[in-house]
Amino acid sequence: MFEGLSSRFEGILKRVRGKGRLSEQDVEEFLAELRVALLEADVHLSVVRSFRDRVRDRAVGAEVSGALNPGQQVVKIVLEELTGILGGETHRLTFASKPPTVILLAGLQGSGKTTAAAKLARLLKAQGRNPLLIGADLQRPAAVEQLRTLGGRIDVPVFSVPTDPVDVARAGLAEARRLGRDVLVCDTAGRLAIDHDLMAEVAEVSAVLKPDHTFLVVDAMTGQDAVNVAEAFHERLELDAVVLTKLDGDARGGAALSLREVVGRPIAYASTGEGLEDFDAFHPDRLASRILGMGDVETLIEKAEETFEQEKAEAAAARLLEGTFTLDDFLEQLKALRTMGPISNLMGMVPGMAQQMKDVDTEVDERRIDRIEGIINSMTPAERADPDVIDGSRRSRIAAGSGTQPGEINQLVRQFREMRKMMKQMGKSPGHKGAKGRGSKKGRKGRGGRTTDRGPVIVDRKKGLSLPGLGDLSSGLDGPRGGLSLDRDPRFGD
Amino acid sequence: MAVVRAAEVIDDAAWEDLSDALLLADVGVATTDELVAEVRRRVGRDGLPTGGTAGDGVLELLKRVLVERLGGVDRSLALGGSPSVWIFVGVTGVGKTTTIGKLAHRETEAGRSLVLGAGDTFRAAAADQLVMWADRSAVPVVRGAEGADPSSVVFDAVEHAAARGADLVLADTAGRVHTRSNLMDELAKVRRVAEKGAGTVTETLLVVDATTGQNGLVQARQFSEFAEVTGVVLTKLDGSAKGGIVVAVQEDLGIPVKLVGVGEGVDDLVEFDPVEFVEALFAADVAV
Repeated sequence: MFEGLSSRFEGILKRVRGKGRLSEQDVEEFLAELRVALLEADVHLSVVRSFRDRVRDRAVGAEVSGALNPGQQVVKIVLEELTGILGGETHRLTFASKPPTVILLAGLQGSGKTTAAAKLARLLKAQGRNPLLIGADLQRPAAVEQLRTLGGRIDVPVFSVPTDPVDVARAGLAEARRLGRDVLVCDTAGRLAIDHDLMAEVAEVSAVLKPDHTFLVVDAMTGQDAVNVAEAFHERLELDAVVLTKLDGDARGGAALSLREVVGRPIAYASTGEGLEDFDAFHPDRLASRILGMGDVETLIEKAEETFEQEKAEAAAARLLEGTFTLDDFLEQLKALRTMGPISNLMGMVPGMAQQMKDVDTEVDERRIDRIEGIINSMTPAERADPDVIDGSRRSRIAAGSGTQPGEINQLVRQFREMRKMMKQMGKSPGHKGAKGRGSKKGRKGRGGRTTDRGPVIVDRKKGLSLPGLGDLSSGLDGPRGGLSLDRDPRFGD
Repeated sequence: MAVVRAAEVIDDAAWEDLSDALLLADVGVATTDELVAEVRRRVGRDGLPTGGTAGDGVLELLKRVLVERLGGVDRSLALGGSPSVWIFVGVTGVGKTTTIGKLAHRETEAGRSLVLGAGDTFRAAAADQLVMWADRSAVPVVRGAEGADPSSVVFDAVEHAAARGADLVLADTAGRVHTRSNLMDELAKVRRVAEKGAGTVTETLLVVDATTGQNGLVQARQFSEFAEVTGVVLTKLDGSAKGGIVVAVQEDLGIPVKLVGVGEGVDDLVEFDPVEFVEALFAADVAV
């Protein structure tokens, strides 16, 4: 029915893949789809515009940097901007030093105030508070009845008198003090934002209650009008936060984004079902992906970043087998240690290598890694590329720069040399053609699959050999970012 | 709309302003694009209407297109059963019970004898609310216990009406999210059971709140699938919301708006007038 942003972006992403840089026209195509997606999610037109402008500013000319190609970077910018708006400052329900803490709920008719009042009271009760519900909606027939019934279900007292709302508020406050209830949740009549008399009345109720928190209850299905409503209520009542209701349907809830942006108030709670317990603190990240239908877009980004790590490792592994592995590569691997596991594992991923690697001392502990990093960082690029140039005076300089002993540098260089030599031999040995023999020949050795410490090796006859954690060696060399292919990823689609 | 009206030349910016006015009224992107394209075609073919600025001209043309598209459908509420049954469906909080209260008044005034069926057995005190409305027009209400099977309540109401020789049953149902298939099945059952006895369901009215955004179209589609919706009641049109989603509902699903709720009073339920609706769509400048 509604197309999520991910499927909207898919075609463009495919087309711009491989571009080193996005033209203004490319970015505009993304922005056009973004606009439609946001509007279909009921984000206010003005917010759509400002949002679009911010993405444009960041995206035009975005160049390849790190893991993502420019197209994916646009997606990432969209995500960041969206979570930036929805996240940020969150609302924390604080309690008055002198009870009762007063919470006032206001909103349009049918937004779900009465139910939200009962749900909030239930939540507070579950948190160990003693709430009192006040029914100040004397407008809608049987609204107080509804509140009393709900109060009965959650075992929270309900106070109301059939006089007028201001009177109810005043008496309710006295009742809370008399009963020693520490939180007061006041339901009010739904009203149209443009009805000045009723807006004046709720302001009067607010003046009597002096609420610690004023919440605007907003239906997640609300369209463009949400902003007008919120502004009108905010002007009168100084809202603290929003309660978003009816998130159990399939409305995308873009109104929440508009409210955050235009009124600047956070969403405190979200109501997600019919049950009185279906009410909880709001999670901005969940709504962010809901608005744009982009759970899979997030996956896409993660996937891309993952693939980037894989590609770096693949390239290093290829150089390792060619014997052109440098200390820079070694340092790169060290830096990746915390996310990828130790270099012994990296070796272990290469079929047949795990056995031979037994003899090499690659069991490194965390502190040693720090020292090795220090040593390599103190080397010049030339020294890193070819450690053979390191003589006595260079060694002293490196030792001084990294706060280590010249002996340690000797040890590192020696180990590195041994490792490189051995790798080179392995690369040449039959059955391990290494980088030179990549392609279809490689598949021969791995056909039928085998198990490494990272799990079984997947062999695709068409594509050659895939290494778990290393990706597909051959496809990784197709292009700058060939490893990530949208049309092949089953998670990315419809 | 002042921006559009003031336009002396209809350039891309002016077309965008025209789109924006529709989008701000919740008409939705697809329908907006279609409407604006239609206006552009007509300007290309016939030129602008004379009089006023160029902006006045396109706006006038857009209104004409809208009224034409909304027009030409039967908006009367069908009778013909003995009794006839009108079922009211929709998501929570749109004003189903209130609509029934107002309509009970209107139909009684028109000389018909009515029975109300309190089929919303879920929301606490929903039946009480319906009874309060019914008392104003002295119309009998058939109600069940809270949590009772809504179809049996509606069946009883139809039986009661048949026994009394009443003309019409207005059946309330609990608001439900259209994504819950068990609740939608329950609605299909209400509709089925309402015709088990002497009654005939002649209208299934989807109540839509004017503040509803693009989800309104999804709602209409889902409720139609389960309950064969024959018309829309657009409520709360007296606020600042324009209710533009009903344009998309009629365009896409062919379901016309039959009634409009314009206030809290018992008389504030009127027949849908396309011309008035379209005027209101562009009435005031909404802050952008």
